Amino acid sequence: MATATTYGARDHARAQEGARAEAMPVVPASAWPAPPCEAGHLVWAETVAGGNYTHRVLARGTELRLTDLLGDACAHLLLFVADRPWERLNVADTVKVQWNAYLGEGRLLLSDQGRVLASVVADTSGRHDALCGTSTLVRNTERYGDGTPQSASPAGRELFKLAAAKNGLEPRDLPPSLSFFQGVEIREDGALDFTGSAGPGGSVTLRAEQDVTVLIANVPHPVDPRPDYVCTPLEVLAWRSEATRPGDQLWETTPESRRAFLNTAEFLAARGLA
Amino acid sequence: MKNVKTVVPARAAWSSVVRTGETLTVTDLYGNQAVDFLVYDAHDTSVRYSAPDTIQAQGTIFLTTGSVLLSNEHTPLMTVVADDVGRHDTVGGACSKESNTLRYGHHTWSQHACVDNFLAEGVKYGLGKRDLVSNINWYMNVPVEKDGTLGIVDGISAPGLSLTLRAERDVLVLVSNCPQINNPCNGFEPTAVEMTIEAGRGDGA
Repeated sequence: MATATTYGARDHARAQEGARAEAMPVVPASAWPAPPCEAGHLVWAETVAGGNYTHRVLARGTELRLTDLLGDACAHLLLFVADRPWERLNVADTVKVQWNAYLGEGRLLLSDQGRVLASVVADTSGRHDALCGTSTLVRNTERYGDGTPQSASPAGRELFKLAAAKNGLEPRDLPPSLSFFQGVEIREDGALDFTGSAGPGGSVTLRAEQDVTVLIANVPHPVDPRPDYVCTPLEVLAWRSEATRPGDQLWETTPESRRAFLNTAEFLAARGLA
Repeated sequence: MKNVKTVVPARAAWSSVVRTGETLTVTDLYGNQAVDFLVYDAHDTSVRYSAPDTIQAQGTIFLTTGSVLLSNEHTPLMTVVADDVGRHDTVGGACSKESNTLRYGHHTWSQHACVDNFLAEGVKYGLGKRDLVSNINWYMNVPVEKDGTLGIVDGISAPGLSLTLRAERDVLVLVSNCPQINNPCNGFEPTAVEMTIEAGRGDGA
């Protein structure tokens, strides 16, 4: 056997370099075949398998585009301020302050400190959810027979725990999350209607307005009624761009957004970060 | 028979452990008072109320009799066993000094807010900011329009109405009797509420 010796095992392992998989990170990101930005500005290029997760720390001003390649991705997402993660996404403030329960272009993703973590700069999907969170081990075990990360039906919360741990965070650091590409609407009586996917190719682009830690789990939406665990690959691309500035349309969209950007700018200025 | 009644004054915080099978009754003494509410597994506070799990499991954003308050591990913490009002909020979360600056303006910064109540009360149990998540607002009315527009509007509660929760395990409850004065969640005038903990109703707990 070629791997019977240390030299053979080494050669065998090294021979794998260059192999391709359907879902994988491309490193360096600049090797991505069709970048949506100026050549060399790409900092993250990855395809996340259904039932898998990824995470990255993004600098302020980075744009992050998520694409539902085949129509059954669901990007569950959490954001933390990179170097002080106790400031983090607050979905209640995000919907309450902006007077709207739904996500889409022009919405801000707000922290619990009255500041902007990221803004939604483009959206071709329109099927998103800020209320139902992600799936759990208990529920996936009931529905699919298993929910552990190594199973065929991993739960979003279990994947978030792993992604959080790799950023020094614990389960208690995981607040309610957002999900993109599988929609939920609310009826007048409060009941939920699952509206599913907009189809293949839908994308959402976020812009980091502070340095943020991003956790992403690509798992079925928790109220997806289909009996099978259906989740297809998610494309993740991020590139250097610029944060929202005074005078940008987004800054002035509403009185609430103006104050959120002002709070953020003052915080960053006091820290010497912007 | 255990029967502990506590009046929580306007703007104040309150907390208690409620044992398995015991009930907690929240009485809106003067009507239209938002009661911000968080609940944790008393023995493992990393297991705590999850608005998303509660919403997804019951298929609606409003709470009433029969609603089970689920944890972030999708396990039951408490069940609503009686409710005079019929609709309580899971979406709006707590007011904070910080969110007040966005919602109303920076002039509100010196006003008191629920997150400060939760922090002050939670620290008695070793809980900190990382342990705060989206909470329940008993008696608060937050409708959602077809286009997604939502907001806190006039309440549908009245003086003396109450709701009762049964503990499905030993739980720690944190309450902020909402001090907000800039929206109708408590009629722009915070008032007192009453908390009553009783032994299990015939279940031997």
